[in-house]
Amino acid sequence: MREITLSQAVNEAIAEEMRRDPTVFLLGEDVAEAGTPFKVLSGLVEEFGTERIIDTPIAEPGFVGLAVGAAMTGARPIVDLMFGDFIYLVMDQLCNQAAKQHYMSGGKLSVPMVLRTNLGATRRSAAQHSQSLQALVAHIPGLKVAMPSSAYEAKGLMKTAIRDNNPVVIFEDKLMYQDKAPVPEEEYLIPFGEANVKREGRDITLIATSSMVQVAEKAAETLAAEGISAEVIDPRTIVPLDEATLLASVRKTSRAIVIDEGHQSYGVTAEIASRLNEKAFYHLDAPVLRMGAMDVPVPFSPALEDITVPTPEGVVANARKLCAGEMINAA
Amino acid sequence: MAKGKTNTEDYLRMYRQMVRIRTFEDNANQLYLSAKMPGLTHMYSGEEAVAVGICEALTDNDRITSTHRGHGHCVAKGAEFKEMFCELLGKEEGYCRGKGGSMHIADQSHGNLGANAIVGGSMGIATGSALRAKLQGADDVTVCFFGDGATAQGLLYEVMNMAALWNLPVIYACENNGYSEYTKTEEIAAGSITARAEAFGIEAFRIDGQDVLAVNELTQKLVARCRNGEGPFFIELETYRYHGHHVGDINREYYRSKEEEKDWKQNRDPIVRFRSWLVDQGIASEEEIEAMNAEIEKDATEAVAYAEAAKYPDAAEVDMHVYAD
Repeated sequence: MREITLSQAVNEAIAEEMRRDPTVFLLGEDVAEAGTPFKVLSGLVEEFGTERIIDTPIAEPGFVGLAVGAAMTGARPIVDLMFGDFIYLVMDQLCNQAAKQHYMSGGKLSVPMVLRTNLGATRRSAAQHSQSLQALVAHIPGLKVAMPSSAYEAKGLMKTAIRDNNPVVIFEDKLMYQDKAPVPEEEYLIPFGEANVKREGRDITLIATSSMVQVAEKAAETLAAEGISAEVIDPRTIVPLDEATLLASVRKTSRAIVIDEGHQSYGVTAEIASRLNEKAFYHLDAPVLRMGAMDVPVPFSPALEDITVPTPEGVVANARKLCAGEMINAA
Repeated sequence: MAKGKTNTEDYLRMYRQMVRIRTFEDNANQLYLSAKMPGLTHMYSGEEAVAVGICEALTDNDRITSTHRGHGHCVAKGAEFKEMFCELLGKEEGYCRGKGGSMHIADQSHGNLGANAIVGGSMGIATGSALRAKLQGADDVTVCFFGDGATAQGLLYEVMNMAALWNLPVIYACENNGYSEYTKTEEIAAGSITARAEAFGIEAFRIDGQDVLAVNELTQKLVARCRNGEGPFFIELETYRYHGHHVGDINREYYRSKEEEKDWKQNRDPIVRFRSWLVDQGIASEEEIEAMNAEIEKDATEAVAYAEAAKYPDAAEVDMHVYAD
């Protein structure tokens, strides 16, 4: 199978859906000729023109608001939010407007829009361009949240998001744009709420999102060499969450670590760990561990930044302790 | 196309719509005062000529976005009393199945994209609706209603900038009733409100919002120009809210005097003014007008009774409509 980058996968997904459905259009800062700072959208304006690939002023609440209104009246906008950190700027439009229209109107209005943005530290971009804020939006009923872990997921989830009749937020890891993965030439979609068991195992379940799937897979390799069999599961969408697949795995392995790059406190890892505790308690041989980013603003200095995010070594160390039956206080 | 308001039928319809708004609000206020309505609400009384003058220049295909003070826009855009009162009382037959209430009534069948409880919260939605119209080559126009208080929100300037850059078919209708909640507008708004739109190259108008014919005439022209690709436009409508910021805001002399309220009600009431004009012009007799008023009052009384007796949504509905299929 051919291999393409995550960036190319996103680009292909958007192009295919724009060819398929004339109501799809894209707007955001520097999305047309510039193709975004990450060049993810390069070439789209040549095919679809500036009518459908729209450069906006630097006014995030304004253009997200426009997308909500366009979606409510018969279009399918894709909003490009240049950095995930800018989500704070658009919270009213996303959480008070987009997320609630369908419910507040008793089902009469709907908001079929996609907000694509990114997450991920260790790019030396400091505290306002490095955050992983998926927990903020996953908390809000009415929003769906997708977290692709490779080019394959990025394409399939994006196509599903564009066809979904709800506001969907997609977080791409900005450090993965150049990562290649096998992606079929023929069309496919990845349904929301279906986790992917990336690697089967018996002793411990590693549930990981986005680029943390790579971290979990590396950890699983190391653990395998030590005789610990780790199962790696990528939920792919955290809303909706495929609880059944996660529970089935934990009932089998009896141990779990949840890894996500958002801050650890009140985060995605906490939510998933709680559900496992509530619904698989009697199957557990050890506490479910959370591994998120440290609860500090992301520091600039490489010497500090790298300490703040989960690493394969950290996962391995925690997995060893859990499997050895040691009582631990996870860092 | 919007009908020209040049014949008897159209004038009487405008009068009827203004009285329907006033009557709806009087009944809603009574529901609140008699503790039959959950929550609270914001009365549109006094501002009827704004909603009616504008909405009578629109078709069902044209869209509006509304505000927390939105009953007037909803009635003027074609909504029925029964479904509106049901919504205010949280009943299943309400426009939003009781899930929105007073501050979120939406009536999509008449192009009302909904009231919005965030001040200025619908400015993006209105402008996005206009962007969709332009992209899809549709000729509908969107009117964004908001109050003077909302002109302090940054969102307005972000979306006006884009609307002006892209010539979007949207009309920003600023209902300046003199008060931003419990504060005089002059204390929260620096400079001129229309000048802010003009800074973006948007043609802006300031008119008497108590004169329904003037509002309607201007809006008809601007809607036609929007359909012709000449949008956006901005209108500041000078008006007055008879009640407090919300129904519970009763002792309000600390921010505005009873004399001022009396002056607006006695000398600038939009319904009284239009009624005397209709009689002077020989369009309707006093008797005909009284008969119309009585009929509207009866409709409202019946709709309130219907809504009071109507059933609440089933508990099973609580988690329905979180996500669309």
